[in-house]
Amino acid sequence: MDQTDEQVRLLGEDGTLLQHDTYKVDLTDEDLCDLYRQLVVVRRIDVEGNNLQRQGQLGIWAPCLGQEAAQVGSARALRPDDFVFPSYREHGVVYVRAGMEVLSVLGLYRGANLSGWDPQRHKLAQYSIPIGTQALHAVGYAIGAKWDGAEVCAVAYFGDGATSEGDVSEAFNFAAVHSAPVVFFCQNNQWAISVPLAKQMAGPVYKRAFGFGFPGVQVDGNDVLAVYAVTRAAAERARDGAGPTLIEAITYRLGAHTTTDDPTRYRTSDELDMWKAREPIGRYRAFLERAGLWTEALEGEVQAEADRVAAEVRATVEHMPDPPLSDLVDHVYADPPATLMAQWRQLEEFEAQFQAEG
Amino acid sequence: MAQITMARALNTALRDAMEADDRVVLLGEDVGTLGGVFRITDGLLKDFGEQRVMDTPLAESAIMGVSIGLALRGYRPVPEMQFDGFSYPALDQIISHLAKYRNRSAGTQPMPVVCRIPYGGAIGAVEHHSESPEAIYGHTAGLKVVTPSSAADAYSLLRQSIESDDPVIFLEPKRRYWAKQEVDLPVSTEPIGKARVLREGSDLTLVAYGPMVKVAMDAAEAAQEEGVGSLEVIDLRSLVPLDDATLVASAAKTGRMVVVHEAPQFLGMGAEVAARVSEAAFFHLEAPVLRCTGLDIPYPPARLEEAHLPGVDRVLWTVQRSLDF
Repeated sequence: MDQTDEQVRLLGEDGTLLQHDTYKVDLTDEDLCDLYRQLVVVRRIDVEGNNLQRQGQLGIWAPCLGQEAAQVGSARALRPDDFVFPSYREHGVVYVRAGMEVLSVLGLYRGANLSGWDPQRHKLAQYSIPIGTQALHAVGYAIGAKWDGAEVCAVAYFGDGATSEGDVSEAFNFAAVHSAPVVFFCQNNQWAISVPLAKQMAGPVYKRAFGFGFPGVQVDGNDVLAVYAVTRAAAERARDGAGPTLIEAITYRLGAHTTTDDPTRYRTSDELDMWKAREPIGRYRAFLERAGLWTEALEGEVQAEADRVAAEVRATVEHMPDPPLSDLVDHVYADPPATLMAQWRQLEEFEAQFQAEG
Repeated sequence: MAQITMARALNTALRDAMEADDRVVLLGEDVGTLGGVFRITDGLLKDFGEQRVMDTPLAESAIMGVSIGLALRGYRPVPEMQFDGFSYPALDQIISHLAKYRNRSAGTQPMPVVCRIPYGGAIGAVEHHSESPEAIYGHTAGLKVVTPSSAADAYSLLRQSIESDDPVIFLEPKRRYWAKQEVDLPVSTEPIGKARVLREGSDLTLVAYGPMVKVAMDAAEAAQEEGVGSLEVIDLRSLVPLDDATLVASAAKTGRMVVVHEAPQFLGMGAEVAARVSEAAFFHLEAPVLRCTGLDIPYPPARLEEAHLPGVDRVLWTVQRSLDF
């Protein structure tokens, strides 16, 4: 799906600041520069993820290349006590929300954990790999928060492919009926592995919201300022008790679906080149330059921070120990069945033979 | 002592749990104004309000997914699946998330969700209303699977389930909803994970749960009267965790065992019990553990269900096969 007139944009493709009747940029110069830092760091984490997979340090990686603005812009618009329900490609959201907890994500893709973080610590749910299922968790959380009188929202991240899943439609309807404080954030990156948008749906995602009885808005997902403004407004609307909003952020998955995927089998280099020209970080830097905020010093600081994070990611992953064997059984139940514990003792007995020989 | 039905005991358990803890909430199809199609939630909407007794949209996956989200917010949801055969749309949420959440959060995130499901046949229902899906849930690590056979256990097991930090699939034997028992509520019975020897015997052990416990007890009574033998009857009460110790001790005592369930035989609870008893009580057994179960078929039309479901006569026939071995 190409960009449309209905799409909210605050940045032209050359970085020009555009005026919009509803959505404004109200970030300080410092915040605008920090946004740039986050975009660059997220891209670097993603590069490291790919590299570490190629070096055999990760089993697989799901790149977020090209989607940095959609992820960083939306995550930055949230408050610490909002609750985020990511899919499995939201490394940028994790970084903005939880900083180096992103290392747990690398652990997941290394095969060292199953997400492993405490979802309450950063109000960040586990990665959800079954497509679209997490949208319902966001609705449940939001309904509970509303009952508690808490001024918070829940945000469900999912992709264009997920909108074909029943759970996402069920989530839209349930949220609408309960006027639940939810922001549904769809990163429409044009491809669900090899299936293009035209085979996934016949109408734009954001318009579905109206059928369910709440507003939908399409935003240029490669325009970090527009994504920020639109998400902030939707989150405020939710917290104010006005119910859910569906945001469709039009972006593009510049990388493969995962490192096991070969996109040359299904998409053209012309298409890729077109979207590379629209990639979000260059556009944002052009904006900073026009605004007089970009300096060599800023670039130096940002690149140094990216280098530092990349080094930490590499070092941590390369030295990440295998989990203890007890991780197999320790967390399955609060109160584990005796039959499971008997299996565990048997496994320990089996393993002990080799340690004795060792 | 009062004569009360299992339905009333379940209703009272929900009421008492909601009074004890205001984070306990009910949600499901028709659970509010109607009080549930089996009236298990009767009167609760009036007393606790719409926030705690929620009539949901007709979407089982949503009921379960929303329950998971509520649990993440600190609630203790008790979702109802209206019938066994309609719990399947929620399987992805149950298997992929509900059962795994604690494990996927390295033990940090409890999932105190009790999914109530009326199950089993013998009520003359149209298709999809008489299924016994316990093996599906029992095969899913992370879940507990509990099924009462009496009003007292219905009350106590439901209260315990709601207090559990592990997710529980609570299977209610719908043919026993209106069976009465002398009991004063509240009542506290054995903990989840303990089976109960309902009747002592010396010649053979009948193992049953939920709807088949009454059938097993009737069969044991008939066996006594007809001089077939002295049958011990075990009510499992909890399928996960399974009370291995009580099963093995009984098999060691009687030397013969017949497992009775409505669900299809293949990969069913009977297979699990037989394997465990064979492994742990092999030299005590006088005969292989036999199974008296539903056939390995889609649930049949109501006018054929009597032949499909184990009844007293087929149980006794299976008992005789074991005794004759």
